[in-house]
Amino acid sequence: MKFLDEYRDAEFAQKFAREIHRVTTRPWNIMEVCGGQTHAIVKFGIDELLPKQIGLIHGPGCPVCVTPLEVIDKALEIAARPDVILTSFGDMLRVPGSTTDLLSVKAGGGDVRIVYSPLDAVKIAEQNPAKEVVFFGVGFETTAPATAMAVYQAAQKGLKNFSMLISHVLVPPAIEALMSSPDCKVHAFLAAGHVCTVMGYEEYFPLVRKYRVPIVVTGFEPLDILHGILLTVQQLESGRAEVENQYVRSVRREGNQPAQDLIKKVFEVVPRKWRGIGEIPQSGLGLAAEYAAFDADKKFGLTEHRVDEPTDCIAGLILQGHKKPHECPAFGTICTPEHPLGATMVSSEGACAAYYRYRRHDAPELAEAK
Amino acid sequence: MSISGDDSLTRMGRIDFSGVIKQASLAYVPEVVVGDYVIVHVGFALSKVDEAEAQKVFSYLKQIGELGELEEKSS
Repeated sequence: MKFLDEYRDAEFAQKFAREIHRVTTRPWNIMEVCGGQTHAIVKFGIDELLPKQIGLIHGPGCPVCVTPLEVIDKALEIAARPDVILTSFGDMLRVPGSTTDLLSVKAGGGDVRIVYSPLDAVKIAEQNPAKEVVFFGVGFETTAPATAMAVYQAAQKGLKNFSMLISHVLVPPAIEALMSSPDCKVHAFLAAGHVCTVMGYEEYFPLVRKYRVPIVVTGFEPLDILHGILLTVQQLESGRAEVENQYVRSVRREGNQPAQDLIKKVFEVVPRKWRGIGEIPQSGLGLAAEYAAFDADKKFGLTEHRVDEPTDCIAGLILQGHKKPHECPAFGTICTPEHPLGATMVSSEGACAAYYRYRRHDAPELAEAK
Repeated sequence: MSISGDDSLTRMGRIDFSGVIKQASLAYVPEVVVGDYVIVHVGFALSKVDEAEAQKVFSYLKQIGELGELEEKSS
């Protein structure tokens, strides 16, 4: 496919790798905050092409993974109601809550449906006026334009039987939370290309200034990732800390204005708990007051029950770069993609699931932070 | 492939993903016309691929390759 195959060319990848080797003189830790990049790095063995001094830390870039147990429990509670059709993206169905998952609720007779787009959920609501149709909306800024449009169209159509359980998260506040932690090991970030396609990259300039950390907006294909790493290492080696855009073919500095406009109209910024990390201020999107009628949380009067993460799981340490997946005693033993204990094993975009799938038990150690 | 709908919020496109044809909303890419390449996420086109920019990385790769060869020859 055009704009895809050529970005997987092995010879070009080797050229980038040689250039990265040539410019690297010191140990550096680079974090990607994008599940798609994490998956590609492990799948294509990109970290194995890099010099030993370059450590890749797989940050909290998988929205399914960071959705808190409490929210999944709410989705399960809604899905079990006989008057409800619960819709979501396919990868949410396997994610375990504190006792069960959506697939099991479906197997037990619950009407749980996988949709490709949130607009499909709106269609289901139109076709099933006697049912309450709920869309379980999880995602970063990339997905927010789609969920915002679904709510907006449902309001335009005057649908009374449609609502959303929203757990949207935002990338820049997560980067800020990681950087402000005193034992942060990260020297630079690859920012997610599709998040920036929507939001642009203005938000990263204050972070770069405040923490003196390079941030390079990077695509998802192997050549994109290698190019992003090269730009990052060039900055680190020359003592620069700038916002750079590797993914120019899709990302414009100001992002996608019509998408941002609708996000601002439908949503408001709220505090959000991230599975494996904890609450991060101003790091989520919730429905704005004007659209409160579409808030499933309010509609079904759900109460939140605090749930503790399994103690055997070190997902939090992995998401912050303190540990690698295979360093966890539970990895591949009591914790597998079929029976995940925590955040990073639950979706194919999580670091543990990617390591497990591509049998990577011997990945390089992290560089010591300076 | 083809575009339907006249109001900017309901404009849809038939998009060819290497042989698999899917519908996607073009609400957020009003500038897109038939024949453009777009980035699609959960049924929404989010940007038009800039073909000129897409080519640049390959020119750059060619350049670093040539530099490498020059260095090898001169050493």
